[in-house]
Amino acid sequence: MMASDHPIRRFLSRNRAPVLVTCLWAALYLVYIIGAPQVFLSPGIYAALMGTLAFSGILAIGATYVVTLGEIDLSFPSIMGLSAWVFAHSYATLGSFPLSLVFCLGVGFTLGLLNGLAITKVGVPSIVLTIGTMFLWRGLVHVLVQGQSIVLSQLDGTVWNALLVGRVAGYVPAQFIWFLALAVALGLVYRYHRFGSHVLFTGDDATSARMVGIDTDLVKIKCFVLIGVLAAVAGLLSLAFNQSFFPSHGDSMLLPTLAAVFIGGTSVFGGKGTMWGTFMGVLIMGSLETGIVALGLTGFWYQFIAGLTIVASVILYALLLRKVN
Amino acid sequence: MPSPLLELRDVSLSFGRVHVLKGVSFDVFPGEIVALVGDNGAGKSSLIKVVTGVHRRTGGEITFRGRPIAVTSVRESREMGIETVYQERALADQQELWRNVFVGRELTTVAGFLDIPRQKEETRRLLREYMGFTSEAIDIDTEVKSLSGGEKQGVAIARALYFNAELIILDEPTSGLAVSEQRKVLSFIRGIRDKGKTAIFIDHNIFHVHDVADRFVILDKGRVAAQFAKHEITRDELIDMMVELHNKGAIVQ
Ligand SMILES: Nc1ncnc2c1ncn2[C@@H]1O[C@H](COP(=O)(O)OP(=O)(O)OP(=O)(O)O)[C@@H](O)[C@H]1O
Ligand SMILES: [Mg+2]
Repeated sequence: MMASDHPIRRFLSRNRAPVLVTCLWAALYLVYIIGAPQVFLSPGIYAALMGTLAFSGILAIGATYVVTLGEIDLSFPSIMGLSAWVFAHSYATLGSFPLSLVFCLGVGFTLGLLNGLAITKVGVPSIVLTIGTMFLWRGLVHVLVQGQSIVLSQLDGTVWNALLVGRVAGYVPAQFIWFLALAVALGLVYRYHRFGSHVLFTGDDATSARMVGIDTDLVKIKCFVLIGVLAAVAGLLSLAFNQSFFPSHGDSMLLPTLAAVFIGGTSVFGGKGTMWGTFMGVLIMGSLETGIVALGLTGFWYQFIAGLTIVASVILYALLLRKVN
Repeated sequence: MPSPLLELRDVSLSFGRVHVLKGVSFDVFPGEIVALVGDNGAGKSSLIKVVTGVHRRTGGEITFRGRPIAVTSVRESREMGIETVYQERALADQQELWRNVFVGRELTTVAGFLDIPRQKEETRRLLREYMGFTSEAIDIDTEVKSLSGGEKQGVAIARALYFNAELIILDEPTSGLAVSEQRKVLSFIRGIRDKGKTAIFIDHNIFHVHDVADRFVILDKGRVAAQFAKHEITRDELIDMMVELHNKGAIVQ
């Protein structure tokens, strides 16, 4: 028992990572506001940011579960691409939204399940397998569409479109509400549900987890299914947002999404993480490009500053961990 | 004679070409404490993992409360009333104490959400009752990794005793503990019998074993070498026997 008795200090010492990333977020947005007040003091910019970061945010929720297991998924952008193509193709040919929705989510579910089965039952390491499935499903998209894009203008003006990517109260993008709702629900599950506890145990020490009766294979499979389904959801939302399908759909999501999870303090060794941290990481990663341009730098700075943010935060976590151990 | 609580018939276990258990048979009767003794690598821990379902046996029959059981998972054996303190302790280092105690058997409210206040309250209570830790001494919100080796063991033992199982298996529960703590653990094991429950106890310290157990099963290289009731063998004879088995093994190698 080394925690001090003062409740605030106790809270800080137990939540180092989420507190740190929240400070980082606050500092960054302060820089934006001071450096570009004309942009960051107007409400329009926040609506725009919320509209674009939701897609990567939904993926990051699933990635938080997978990383907490001590596993990794590199194939979710391709799952996102393939499930979005399935939706676009079926909606363009059949015209039924509900049916296309079921197909889209079904593809995400199935591809996640295949990843999970190959990793647990066959024993392929997740980093190796998902490099493979990343190429496989993206390759399948390219073969299927043969370089063509699909325009989904008939979705425009439908109630489905309003539900997915409309503006709530004329301001908040619906896709951000979806992201928020999923983050809150799956954040509660992560921390307060039996399943979340089993994910944390499996990632922390799989041998111990099996000895207390956790079916660690099943837990892992469920997490890969979860990220697969979330990739399909993100694929659908961004499809509705863009009103067209490109073969590279989702491709740019991989590294910013994983970076958001790691900035948020989820440990790559497994067993430790928070959904709040991931949420903050998403707000940080999703604002960098816009923020940098608003500050008067060119877009060429984006990768450099993103790299700086990631490296600085992961070094801080490593130092924090070393201090604790 | 009552019918056995646990019957092992010709139980075997192999990891590939390594035969760890080669046809183990013995009975455990209700209300007794059976000590499982044997050299390092004799197969004691492997045997109990077969009983609890960590390892899938490659042959033989196991009967619990008169019914043949498959034990394909730890969940199954826990549900049947078998609790275990594994040699490895089976705690997750980065998780809070109150999560570790109830993991796999969570107290929940609705739809599988944890009843955290109750888990915390019960964790405080069981640490107080079973380890003599006061709630001031150990903070149930701390992660297991910040406990000492003995404290971790205390948590693992308290966890096994808490669920009031029919059969409690303890794999080297006193190793690495201070003498006073060892005493405490031994008296808890006697307490299991006093409550009419049954225990299997593994320990290399023959003084402990002879003191606490009613019966001794001696395991040697995956086989039962001998079995004795307490009145059939003195402590010194048991020690001599263990040394003899050890030396014989050393010469063969
Ligand atoms: N997962 C495994 N794979 C291969 N061999 C194993 C495995 N687990 C145990 N063994 C082997 O089985 C044999 C028995 O091991 P076990 O842990 O059951 O011995 P033990 O009697 O508990 O010894 P100790 O007193 O040292 O704890 C050892 O030779 C060990 O190397
Ligand atoms: Mg052992």
